[in-house]
Amino acid sequence: MQALSLGVHIPLVCFGIAFPAILLFVEWLGIRTGDTLYRTLARRWSRVMISLFAVGVVTGTILSFELGMLWPAWMAKFGSVFGFAFALEGISFFLEAIFIGIYVYGWDRFSPRIHLLTGIPIAITGMTGSLTVIAVNGWMNHPSGFTMRNGQVTDVHPFTALFENSYFWHELVHMYLAGYIVVGFVLAGVYAWGKLRGRWGRYERTALVIPLTVAALAAPAQVVIGDWNGRAVAAEQPIKLAAFEGLQETTKGAPEHLLGWYNGSTVVGGIPIPDLLSILAYHSPSATVQGLDTVPPSDRPPVNWVRFSFQTMVFIGTALTFLGLWYLWFRIIRRRLPRTRWFFRALVAAAPLSIVALICGWITTEVGRQPWIVYNVMRTSEAVTGATGIPVGFATLIVVYLLLAGLVVWLLRRLARSPLELQPPAESVTPDVAR
Amino acid sequence: MSLAEFPLVLILAGLVGYSVLAGADFGAGFWTLPQGRLTDRVREHAHRAMAPVWEANHVWLIFVLVIAWTSYPTAFASLISTLSIPFFIAAVGIILRGSTYVFRSAVGTTRTGAAADVVFAVASIITPFALGAAVGGIASGRVPVGNAAGDLVTSWLNPTSAMIGAIAVFSGAYLAAIYLAADARRIGDAELEEAFRRRALGAAVAAGAIALAALPVVRDDAPRLYHGLTHGGGLACVIVSAVAGLVTIALVWVRRFGLSRVTAAAAVAAIVAGWASAQSPYLLPTYLTVDEAASPHATLISIIVSAVLAAILLLPSLSLLYGLLLGGRFDPGRTTDEQPEPRPVRIGRWELLVGLAATVFVAGALLNIFCETAWQRAIAVAALLGGIAGGFVLLAIPPEED
Repeated sequence: MQALSLGVHIPLVCFGIAFPAILLFVEWLGIRTGDTLYRTLARRWSRVMISLFAVGVVTGTILSFELGMLWPAWMAKFGSVFGFAFALEGISFFLEAIFIGIYVYGWDRFSPRIHLLTGIPIAITGMTGSLTVIAVNGWMNHPSGFTMRNGQVTDVHPFTALFENSYFWHELVHMYLAGYIVVGFVLAGVYAWGKLRGRWGRYERTALVIPLTVAALAAPAQVVIGDWNGRAVAAEQPIKLAAFEGLQETTKGAPEHLLGWYNGSTVVGGIPIPDLLSILAYHSPSATVQGLDTVPPSDRPPVNWVRFSFQTMVFIGTALTFLGLWYLWFRIIRRRLPRTRWFFRALVAAAPLSIVALICGWITTEVGRQPWIVYNVMRTSEAVTGATGIPVGFATLIVVYLLLAGLVVWLLRRLARSPLELQPPAESVTPDVAR
Repeated sequence: MSLAEFPLVLILAGLVGYSVLAGADFGAGFWTLPQGRLTDRVREHAHRAMAPVWEANHVWLIFVLVIAWTSYPTAFASLISTLSIPFFIAAVGIILRGSTYVFRSAVGTTRTGAAADVVFAVASIITPFALGAAVGGIASGRVPVGNAAGDLVTSWLNPTSAMIGAIAVFSGAYLAAIYLAADARRIGDAELEEAFRRRALGAAVAAGAIALAALPVVRDDAPRLYHGLTHGGGLACVIVSAVAGLVTIALVWVRRFGLSRVTAAAAVAAIVAGWASAQSPYLLPTYLTVDEAASPHATLISIIVSAVLAAILLLPSLSLLYGLLLGGRFDPGRTTDEQPEPRPVRIGRWELLVGLAATVFVAGALLNIFCETAWQRAIAVAALLGGIAGGFVLLAIPPEED
């Protein structure tokens, strides 16, 4: 149930991280160039932003209920360690809610510069909010900053636990880049779809190029940051790394199988690439990689889940990188966009694929941590609620989320179809025709 | 006040904020129920007044939950597992309300909104009732310590819970009607102003009547709570609340809406304080005291730090938002028509700059792959992100073509 809610919430978080910054850039361009096109675009996107934010508020509230409802033992035991981060998250969320109201309802009510300023807190708080949540996740993967004494948590240092954690920074950068990639490709995908349907003017071209540029630059960078993540996992969570491959025994020069299936002792049916896992983990073809059999079976994660989502993420990420490089090549060398329809078809496909990669990445890190909720400290089964009736709640939640998803799609379609106000209302009050 | 009690003060302050602001928000939803001739105009007015602030009103609850689980993890885990059903109902209600807000803001005011309005109204009644019922469960001592240790049904379906839930619904309706009457006056709609004035008086009388009826019910059902509310500090709070409530009715009667907002909020604040006083020193009567439930010292300190931070950041922001709203800045027709001068952008030496951004990007990437220490890593990531930012600015303006 938590997984479902998080799965719904995470793409929305991406929009919280990346969308306000892109939006403000567009609005700033509008002020800098005096071109009303940018202003119209920013205005249009701000409607999308507040709709998504409202859904984010709702799913975020549900999550904070669920954290307590589903994992009472986890909260009771470790709430004192990471609760601080959620307190900061609450403040960020609060500020974001305040300023998003001012910003979206403040078009034409302030001077353009003041209006731009009211948007800046949204961009900052969107980042700090997710920053603190990632800090908690980093801590769950690499617990520190407290001492366990007779099963009780003592000697708590929340700040050390959360922000001086060696597991925090790479997760943070990885997630932020993912945010920009998802938002960039989703927005670009929407306008690429329009282009294939014949909607293609200066407005659409701008609306496609700006987010696509962000995503095309962030995708290759993500490959490098992903490598950093892989090395950190190898150092701190060797069993998770072994699960990426399904490596049974500790091996020198470990291979990585593309595709295939882990049958409980080995990987069958995949294409083996010698030494690849060693290179990924330690940058050396002869490095030794710890195998799954170094821990008892009860301490191993569900290997196929982890393998499959890890490989899907890497595969999609690589494809998106090539798509981004294709675009950058044309922009820099040829000074134009690619003209082939296949480029725009690829962009349309990239929109959902980027979200799939995001969720796969999250499954990789979360399921890879199983059976632990707090790595090597607390098992998930020890943390879960004793309340009955969870299946009923689960079913209700699925229905509600389906309704919510339907609503969002319907709204965005409606927003997309409503006529463009290329002339902002302020100008239409004093039309040139009347003079 | 001991360190252990400090977060409780924050929680109570958050609850007051939530009851007053989100209570009014729920109340505005209450008034979107079908109500004859004025239905459409009342609905429109309620939505327009609440749309810019509902998210901010709502986040108070998240604030309360977060402080609660950080400061008193055992108590939070116990009450949220025992009271999982009302909290779940409230959560679904919140989802439905949020959805209809989004729906309204995107659709505007059309006939298709009618079904959504009914959903909105129903969710606006169920949600405060469920939350009030959960409070009733805690106050009447039905939540023992442990993972879902209490009765999952009777912990919130009991006489005290029913009374507190009903009071929550009607006091929200009453707060909302007062705010909306004042809003109607500001935009100069005398008919709506009068309509909401009558609704405010009606809801206030209903809330007061339920509160009086609740007294004998609570005496039989939760004698300990009753004792707390009728002696000492609890009694003082109840008296303050009752007086503030009566003053509010009088102010609404004479159309002094501005001042009546303050006294109405004071009535709600006093009753929350009275509840806290009545069950002190317990957090979960009679199972867990505040001191027993509190987190370790370092965590409490960090909460105080974040509370100070919150006060510095949130109070000015909130007053800005409400100031703009109450000052009528978001009312229809209040627009400026300031437009920036057209100034075309030319980037000189574009090729050189693109080459520079690409070099920084690639250097950052290589350093990321081969770096060993944390410092090298920091430089590598900074270079990578710097390359992205530079490249973005250079490439963001689309080429003129096709």
